[in-house]
Amino acid sequence: MNQAGYNAGVHRYRDTYWDGNYEPIDTDVLACFKITPQPGTEREEVAAAVAAESSTGTWTTVWTDHLTDVDYYKARAYRIEEVPADPSCFYVFVAYPIELFEEGSVVNVLTSLVGNVFGFKALRAIRLEDVRFPLHYVMTCGGPPNGIQVERDLLNKYGRPLLGATIKPKLGLSAKNYGRAVYECLRGGLDFTKDDENVNSQPFMRWRHRFEFVAEAVHTAQRETGERKGHYLNVTAGTVEEMFERAEHAKSLDMPIIMHDFLTAGFSANTSLANWCRRNGMLLHIHRAMHAVIDRDRHHGIHYRVLAKCLRLSGGDHLHSGTVVGKLEGDRHGILGWVDQMREDFVYEDRSRGLFFDQNWGSMPGLFPVASGGIHVWHIPELLSIFGDDSIFQFGGGTLGHPWGNSAGASANRVALEACVEARNQGRDLMKEGAEILESAAQDSPELAEAMKTWKEVRFEYDTVDKLDLASGEPVAQQQGGRGR
Amino acid sequence: MNQLRSYTSRMTRPTNRKLGTFSYLPEMDAARVRKQIEYIIERGWHPVIEHVETDRATEHYWYMWKLPLFGERNVDAIFAEITACRKEFPGHYVRIVGYDNGRQTQGARIVVYHGDRRTN
Repeated sequence: MNQAGYNAGVHRYRDTYWDGNYEPIDTDVLACFKITPQPGTEREEVAAAVAAESSTGTWTTVWTDHLTDVDYYKARAYRIEEVPADPSCFYVFVAYPIELFEEGSVVNVLTSLVGNVFGFKALRAIRLEDVRFPLHYVMTCGGPPNGIQVERDLLNKYGRPLLGATIKPKLGLSAKNYGRAVYECLRGGLDFTKDDENVNSQPFMRWRHRFEFVAEAVHTAQRETGERKGHYLNVTAGTVEEMFERAEHAKSLDMPIIMHDFLTAGFSANTSLANWCRRNGMLLHIHRAMHAVIDRDRHHGIHYRVLAKCLRLSGGDHLHSGTVVGKLEGDRHGILGWVDQMREDFVYEDRSRGLFFDQNWGSMPGLFPVASGGIHVWHIPELLSIFGDDSIFQFGGGTLGHPWGNSAGASANRVALEACVEARNQGRDLMKEGAEILESAAQDSPELAEAMKTWKEVRFEYDTVDKLDLASGEPVAQQQGGRGR
Repeated sequence: MNQLRSYTSRMTRPTNRKLGTFSYLPEMDAARVRKQIEYIIERGWHPVIEHVETDRATEHYWYMWKLPLFGERNVDAIFAEITACRKEFPGHYVRIVGYDNGRQTQGARIVVYHGDRRTN
């Protein structure tokens, strides 16, 4: 921009937006993209094009560039790296000045980072692998309305993971029969039940009827067991006004928690609902329908760790994380990478877990990762050893599918969980002694013995589509995320 | 068809009132309690003994037995306090809590004595 006069026309992106010597500063938003270029394109030019199109640039020079300090506001592509074991693509690191983004708006960040640039013709595919949100930006976001510690205090539950179940069949039950299924699960020992994400307010069960029968089920189970219970009342709806009306009604029924689908409803709706929850003392469970559309392809889209980070900024007290069990080793480390992003104060860069940057969360509360889908009592030792106490295990089929019904299924899960927690606290190795621990607990619990018989042979072992980018044989570090204090 | 069984919980039965983690397992004997105390000590948490009348068990705040045993790392000493608390309040529930000051939460909380619940 220093040359005299205005040179209209198309210039190389790299002249303005590539700077291999740039040292990112603490306030920069950093992004790592995995780029699959069209054949014959130059890497630095493609990298610079991505930086340009996701920040100040457009395809041609405009005279109004001279009315601002483009060198100050532009993003810079500052590093290119090979993708291990995949020559079709490469990583590009881009630094964005923090001023490019509105405070407290992951919507604005995503609109830039994964906006027009994803349709760019020079790219065959592009994936946003990770984002480093500077603490300065984190501090402008509301984050989880309550967080893990507050939720434990509200629910009076300590020293173990929480247990939930999604009520099935997911569509078609009347509100009263649905409430029955909720009551049976909660009296048997679960902490939570959950609306399926598809349950909004359909003709067979309007939301108000569901909320009212479920509230009675929750209150009855609380009186019976003396424990605090909750049902994730799904307030996701066609309009935000409708969502707030449902949330208000849940509160008026003295319910502790509501639920929202953050991707189908959108981040703006999610952030508003999180703010409402913070003002109203409600817990917020976040479901992730549509995530696989965005995150499953290894070469195109947004990695789930980015979606999880954005959700923590936007707000939620629970977020589905994947279950790990029965899947491949690389996938396990990837999941633990984003689980750390949900729970920890500070997470270090660790490529073996797919983490491209250090991430400082400051004092923003953490949220519970939720392991849900295809899990049952036999998985509990492994789930506990992977996720630790600050997590939620949801056994839908693994509760409702018990031969003696929901209460027995719930009780079996609770007994198995508590037996594993006690054994872990005693210093026993859950991965090695899991079966023995469960079998011993089943001697005092016919419900657990029956559950173990029912699901003995069920395993879910498929290869995962979205794997970490690791060279084969590369060692995987065991490092856990750190804590700021 | 297998042998179906009803779930036996009843609103009217005091033993169905659950008291948090481990209340779905058989009540702990002294050896099991001591193991959990060791765990609290190993984690560096502050042990606290609390007790309450059985009809007030679901409330957040139980009576504290003395003050938290800050820095106490001796299982025998902690167990002796539990025994003393039981002796003074034989009809009360007694629990031990491990306060995790770093994370500002209770890392563990275990009811170690169930008072006269069984005879209610």
